[in-house]
Amino acid sequence: MDNTTNTRQDNKAEARLIMEGITVNYGDFVANDNVNLVVYPGQIKALLGENGAGKTTLMKVLAGLLHPEGGRIIVDGQEVSIDSPQDSQRLGIGMVHQHFMLIPKLTVAQNICIGLKSTGYPFPDVRKVEEELSELSEQYNLLVDPKAIVSTLSIGTQQRVEILKALYRGAKILILDEPTSILTPQETAGLFDIIHFLTKRGNSVIFISHKLNEVMEISDRITVLRQGHVTAELAKQETTERQLAILMVGREFQTEKHLKPVPENAKELVCLDNITYIDHRKVSVLNGINLTVKAGEIHSIAGVDGNGQVELASILSGLLHQTKGKFTLNGKDLSKASPKERLQAGLAHIPSDRHKYGMILDLSMEDNFIIEGSEREPVSHRGILQKDAITSFSENLVKDYDIRCKSVKQKASTLSGGNQQKLVLARELSRNPIFVLAMQPAHGLDVGATEFVHKKLIEQRNAGSAVLLISTELDEVFDLSDRISVIYEGRILATIKREEATRENIGLLMTGKTNG
Amino acid sequence: MVNDHTNNKDSFYHRFFDKLRSSSEFFYSIGAVLLALLIGAVIICLIGSDPIKAYKALYRGSFGTTNAIAETLLRAMPLALVGLGATVAFRASVFNVGTEGQLFIGATAAACVALALPDLPRYLLLPLMALAAMGAGALLGGLAIFLKIKFNANEMINTIMMNYVVIYFVSWLVHGPIQQPGSPLGQTEKFSVNGIIPVILKRTRLHAGIIVLLILVIITYFLLEKTVWGYQIKVTGKNMLASKAAGIKVKRIFYSAMFFSGALAGLAGMFEASGIQNRMIENISSGYGYTGIVVALLGQLNPIGVLLAAILFGALQVGASSMETMVGIPSSAVSMIQYLIVIIFIGKNAFPRLWKRFHTSKDKRA
Repeated sequence: MDNTTNTRQDNKAEARLIMEGITVNYGDFVANDNVNLVVYPGQIKALLGENGAGKTTLMKVLAGLLHPEGGRIIVDGQEVSIDSPQDSQRLGIGMVHQHFMLIPKLTVAQNICIGLKSTGYPFPDVRKVEEELSELSEQYNLLVDPKAIVSTLSIGTQQRVEILKALYRGAKILILDEPTSILTPQETAGLFDIIHFLTKRGNSVIFISHKLNEVMEISDRITVLRQGHVTAELAKQETTERQLAILMVGREFQTEKHLKPVPENAKELVCLDNITYIDHRKVSVLNGINLTVKAGEIHSIAGVDGNGQVELASILSGLLHQTKGKFTLNGKDLSKASPKERLQAGLAHIPSDRHKYGMILDLSMEDNFIIEGSEREPVSHRGILQKDAITSFSENLVKDYDIRCKSVKQKASTLSGGNQQKLVLARELSRNPIFVLAMQPAHGLDVGATEFVHKKLIEQRNAGSAVLLISTELDEVFDLSDRISVIYEGRILATIKREEATRENIGLLMTGKTNG
Repeated sequence: MVNDHTNNKDSFYHRFFDKLRSSSEFFYSIGAVLLALLIGAVIICLIGSDPIKAYKALYRGSFGTTNAIAETLLRAMPLALVGLGATVAFRASVFNVGTEGQLFIGATAAACVALALPDLPRYLLLPLMALAAMGAGALLGGLAIFLKIKFNANEMINTIMMNYVVIYFVSWLVHGPIQQPGSPLGQTEKFSVNGIIPVILKRTRLHAGIIVLLILVIITYFLLEKTVWGYQIKVTGKNMLASKAAGIKVKRIFYSAMFFSGALAGLAGMFEASGIQNRMIENISSGYGYTGIVVALLGQLNPIGVLLAAILFGALQVGASSMETMVGIPSSAVSMIQYLIVIIFIGKNAFPRLWKRFHTSKDKRA
């Protein structure tokens, strides 16, 4: 493959993929309205847009999971109809989903054999596949051992397994759906190297993201989607992060946040004293965490994923019991309290995995709003649910938190990611908590929704709540915090005031370096 | 343009089945029943009999006379009770498959009370028997939850295993300590007249349990749909972790759902012993505990649906014998129809997909 990509831009005949006038409706809702997308061989195309902008819908069309109501798809100059995932695969389209589609207990090679009759049916020739995979992995510099059990691999490696799977199935167009959302900065850099490697060999990559800095770093051309429409199609050189942000959300958004400082004598509402947790494998996950959060303060815990943050959040919310240590909230000892007692003491919990811990997708928004308060007046009276009170309570929350929905009776699963998070926020913050525990509250959200979440956290702070923000996103940490603690291997390495913190020293601490 | 054509067609089928699945679950159950009867008719033809005659006999046997209706309702009673209980348990994602054992232990507990206090007036003895039956069933169910919480033992496996333990234990009891003196059979003495549920329809066996059942259908519906308890059962069943994080006492929900389920299965046992056999016998249930679970699923875990499904299954079982005597079709043909209903119903998500695949492949070939 040569590298004359620039001249190719004008010559549609050489395009690997052309999507023209794609229209998809979900009932009355137009998810994709006359969307065009062109991808050339060796090109990295970014698909940028908020949650609910229609990125995933468009990719589902390519993956053969959805039929568009209108438009046509041309692959390598041939008009095609993609009716099933098998069709999609045959046309050389490979998708790496945000949530991996791997079976943890099987090896890499076994995983890749699943659903592939060509590897032998009904008994696949795993040995042969292993050899072919080693070769392919070497060829693309993926560093994957086909014999490894998937559950023993890091998240970054599992992602490379997914890429390998797509390549093994003959993908020439790789779709990466929010690939960096679960990676550490180092793993992200590794992924970008792989993407460059792939495109050098003539593969095309569609990179779906809402992280502006990454899009600017990796892509050749950028297509911006907003509310189902393409708002711009530009080359990276022609644009800036700021312009992209505006194209994406349709308005200027505020980045400056004015915070009045926390008074020195503010009460320490939350005290963690020597919180230690040793898990069932006898691994010491948390090693004596000491931490305070003052009234009217946002205290962040920064750190790379997997350094004990999940366990700490679970312990504070009462889902996990610490091996030793004490947790007090407003002078009340909650070390052994049940989740319910913690909520009553004024805790609000915004979990990182909202689908698992924060909401019930299969139930209505109403049901989701009252999950914590079903025993309280006026939601229920002497054990009987009060339907009217529930509806008006829910409708108020929808209004106050600007949740986009048709009715409070609709299932939570029908909301977009950002609106789902708003639902959780609305429920948690409407109880007027004194301690907000937020873990990755903007995870997977677009710029607009992220801004909304941050605004709400700051409102809580200004109203005098203690906010503990556990985050792996440095931008978020620096935007919001009064104090920053860095967690590494279950220890707090340092606690620094925001004014004194720099990205460099926090970044170094996150990798475990305590002195220069 | 050929593409457009297939797309429209596809989405039409898709929407059709989507609608069938979501907006009218009820009609799907009905559809499953009709389809099963249709397939049954084909099979009856193949045996060389007239399906219309057969189904007429089936209908006459189950609904044709007052007595037939009474017998149908009698059969439906234990199925509905077990099904109501299973509905509550399943909604909480507690897989109580131990209803058969709970039914046996409930019947036995009621029998023990009836035999121990034969002279108590009826208005005291019957409620006491019911309490004993429900308590025994609930405790047996609760044991499975205890094991689940304490040792993380799967309640489905536990309850199935306990069925055997309990049924053999009861069998030993009726052949030993509580056996009718001088009888070679596995049965107790007949209850005193105060320990027998009174018949409410003359010249039939239909007893007052039917009224209790109807009240329980309404109570269960109310509990599940209108109360905080029912809400918390639903929420816990859908997402246990989120419920726990939201402060719902999920252990309490598991226990209470299982207690309820076991209690109703136990009550079904008492109805069989007191209302029909008038004593405890070794074979008190012909699989009501298992069929009741099927009834719960066919009734879409909705108390009123469960009642209807129970009456349907009761009618099929009662009508089968008259079909056998009148038309000469083996009653196992009806068992076949029963389980065809189950298969069609359970396969409801698979059929639209098969249909779609069949059509797309046909279009491609064309």
